[in-house]
Amino acid sequence: MDLLDILFSAAFWAATVRIASPLIFATMGELICERAGVLNLGIEGIMVAGAFAGWISVWAGLPLWGGVGVALLTGMAFGLLHSILSVPFGLSQHVVGVGITLFATSTTFYTYRVVLPEVSSPPKITAFQPVEIPFLADIPLIGPALFHQTPLTYAAFLLVALTAFVLYRTPLGLAVRAAGESPSAVSAQGLSVTAIRMGAVIVGSGFMAVGGAFLTMSAFDSFFFDMVGGRGWICIALVVFGAWKPGKALLGAILFAAFDALQIRLQQTGIGAIVPYQVFLMLPYILSILALVLMSRRAEVPAALMVPFNKGER
Amino acid sequence: MATEKRGAGQGEPVLRLLGITKRFGQVTANENVSFSLNEGEVIALLGENGAGKTTLMNILFGQYTADEGTVEAFGRPLAPGNPRAALDAGVGMVHQHFTLAGNLTVWENIVLGTQRLSERSLSPRAAKDKIRALSGKFHLIVDPDAKVGSLTVGERQRVEILKALYRDARVLILDEPTAVLTPQETDALFATLREAIALGLSIVFISHKLHEVMDISHRVLVLRHGKLVAERTTSETSREELATLMVGGEVRAPEFPAMPAGPALLSLKSIFTDKLFDLDLELCAGQITGLAGVSGNGQGALSDLISGMSTPLSGEMTVAGQTPKSWSPRAAIAMGIGRIPEDRHKTGTIADFDLTENAILETYPEGFSRRGWMDWARAHAHTEHLIETYDVRCPGPEARIRLLSGGNMQKLILGRVLEESPKIILANQPVRGLDIGAVNYVHSRLAAAREAGAAVLLISEDLDEIMKLSDRIHVISEGRLSPAFGRGEMSAAELGKWMAGEGFAHAV
Repeated sequence: MDLLDILFSAAFWAATVRIASPLIFATMGELICERAGVLNLGIEGIMVAGAFAGWISVWAGLPLWGGVGVALLTGMAFGLLHSILSVPFGLSQHVVGVGITLFATSTTFYTYRVVLPEVSSPPKITAFQPVEIPFLADIPLIGPALFHQTPLTYAAFLLVALTAFVLYRTPLGLAVRAAGESPSAVSAQGLSVTAIRMGAVIVGSGFMAVGGAFLTMSAFDSFFFDMVGGRGWICIALVVFGAWKPGKALLGAILFAAFDALQIRLQQTGIGAIVPYQVFLMLPYILSILALVLMSRRAEVPAALMVPFNKGER
Repeated sequence: MATEKRGAGQGEPVLRLLGITKRFGQVTANENVSFSLNEGEVIALLGENGAGKTTLMNILFGQYTADEGTVEAFGRPLAPGNPRAALDAGVGMVHQHFTLAGNLTVWENIVLGTQRLSERSLSPRAAKDKIRALSGKFHLIVDPDAKVGSLTVGERQRVEILKALYRDARVLILDEPTAVLTPQETDALFATLREAIALGLSIVFISHKLHEVMDISHRVLVLRHGKLVAERTTSETSREELATLMVGGEVRAPEFPAMPAGPALLSLKSIFTDKLFDLDLELCAGQITGLAGVSGNGQGALSDLISGMSTPLSGEMTVAGQTPKSWSPRAAIAMGIGRIPEDRHKTGTIADFDLTENAILETYPEGFSRRGWMDWARAHAHTEHLIETYDVRCPGPEARIRLLSGGNMQKLILGRVLEESPKIILANQPVRGLDIGAVNYVHSRLAAAREAGAAVLLISEDLDEIMKLSDRIHVISEGRLSPAFGRGEMSAAELGKWMAGEGFAHAV
């Protein structure tokens, strides 16, 4: 099997979209936070918490969408904590974010051990199943890739459209973008920078957690330690890659996922027999860094990203 | 230049401040200030830098909460600390430092905050139509779709004014609106303001430029050290009286006798950079050399070159008879060049550092450390000395420098430079944005340094300043330097011709 065969196989593109889905959720979440001026490094831990919360609620008897709801609320709870520390208290966003990641991850593992004290391998749930969209799924190549996926994948793509619409077409989105550009301009209009930023962090964190839940409820059907495995950090890079624009960030997520899907398949080719598999594992990251370097040169970083806002200070 | 002032002060009071007091830490910015503004009236709020004008307006507008006192608009009290309250009551503010988001478009900046956040969608078309209508009515021409970041300062100010008008403001507060404008832009602004008064708006005009205050206002309130010290009807006062009231004493313009030129301490020969063309310049000991010119004609490039921030593409440079081996800010400081930077906020100071740290920024490796350890005791003593000697008004050496007004910040920078007894002083716009008192102080200090034998390069866009201080004058235009003119050799009009580019031998 050579490169062209891989690129023209429907299975490759279907895998790409599947791998991209959790990244899309979490990237949109991060993008919303950053557009409002808050860097959310809690993303990795929030994804872990979301992955666990969604899965465990379904295991305990909730329907699948109920599990998604629990994941969303779990993420929002961590987002609330993050936003209290980073917005009104104005603490260092780096420290708060890393702290949230450590806190959320360890709390999750602790809860796992409390709920399932004696299992050696985690129980499985019945995960989301692919749903075919009639007619569209029959298009060659694109059909199976885009229209034979689980409902959560469709939700991820809808979320991109929704994020873009809210950011660019509503007064709320304008206020969020302005809060990340010039908080004093927002404040001068009598809007609360604190409320806008906290809201953005809470909602964004909710989406990150749903991204995590995709892993346990759609991509797989169980929860493992380390299953998020750095996806959160990738999403931080994807936001930069996408120049803080939802559409471009979506492209970035798909590109990264394609590299990931490609490396798995390359391992099974003739080259894979000679080159150590670790080299292939590095591939998506190396290519992402290259793409990032090329794409983000002229990006317009939100001017007030990571700048705490204190009303009344001069 | 008399403005028609009919009907001034006849209307109902639209705005009233009662007993406003505000403190920032140990600094009292306003103390028991009361006044009222009538419909169709322009009042000017005049005061030195640091007199508390901006703070007062920020309280009025809800950016700060007053410690004591109340604000009333159209007879009703405004909720303190809430900009919304002022906006809803029809009071709009044009801040000195614009509150605009550079990455957003003009219309987005204007519309921000005019709709409830729960509303479903923005209506760009209606918004842009309204902006265009207002643009026409008030002569505020700006493209609604342009990104604010790409606009000139004058255009940004128009956006700020449009922002207020878009909200149907009946009272406009302008905080030093002309500080950032060219003369032409200032004229355009005044035309807009006269239009606004004619349409029944009321204006608070904050400034320390006396001729503008005399030109546009009906009534003048003078603030000093946070207190309201005088109120005058504009037609019954004079610039001299206002200046005296403002600084609290007779204003004396310094006089500097001519001095014989000493040896050349800095000489540039056939210097080329990307912005300077074949430039020859000599700065002589005991002389102030003035550099006149319209901004953006190479003053910045020349200033960067002398201060060590850039190196020439070609040409010769001699400092005190030596050719520097390598050229950097550190080399410039080491060779005795004292630098008063053009932008004291950006390159002159570090806002969140305290006075001591700012005072030793340039000299700490040699002067204030021992075997790699900071000698804070000496640094503090040095700063105390600067504060005392240069009359820097501040809570103390531990205060963050951002708490200081522009004038006091500049005095500290001046002290930092002069205490090192520099051979060469580069003073780039040393008095921009300062009040008369501080201006005279800075000028007399520069003159004293000249008498002590320093070579001073004074870069300014203010021709009066150049002519008053300089022993020799060069004009810079499009990166080329005119020949040196001696004291009184050229009239302002003749220099103006050079500034417009006439007289230069060959165009580039």
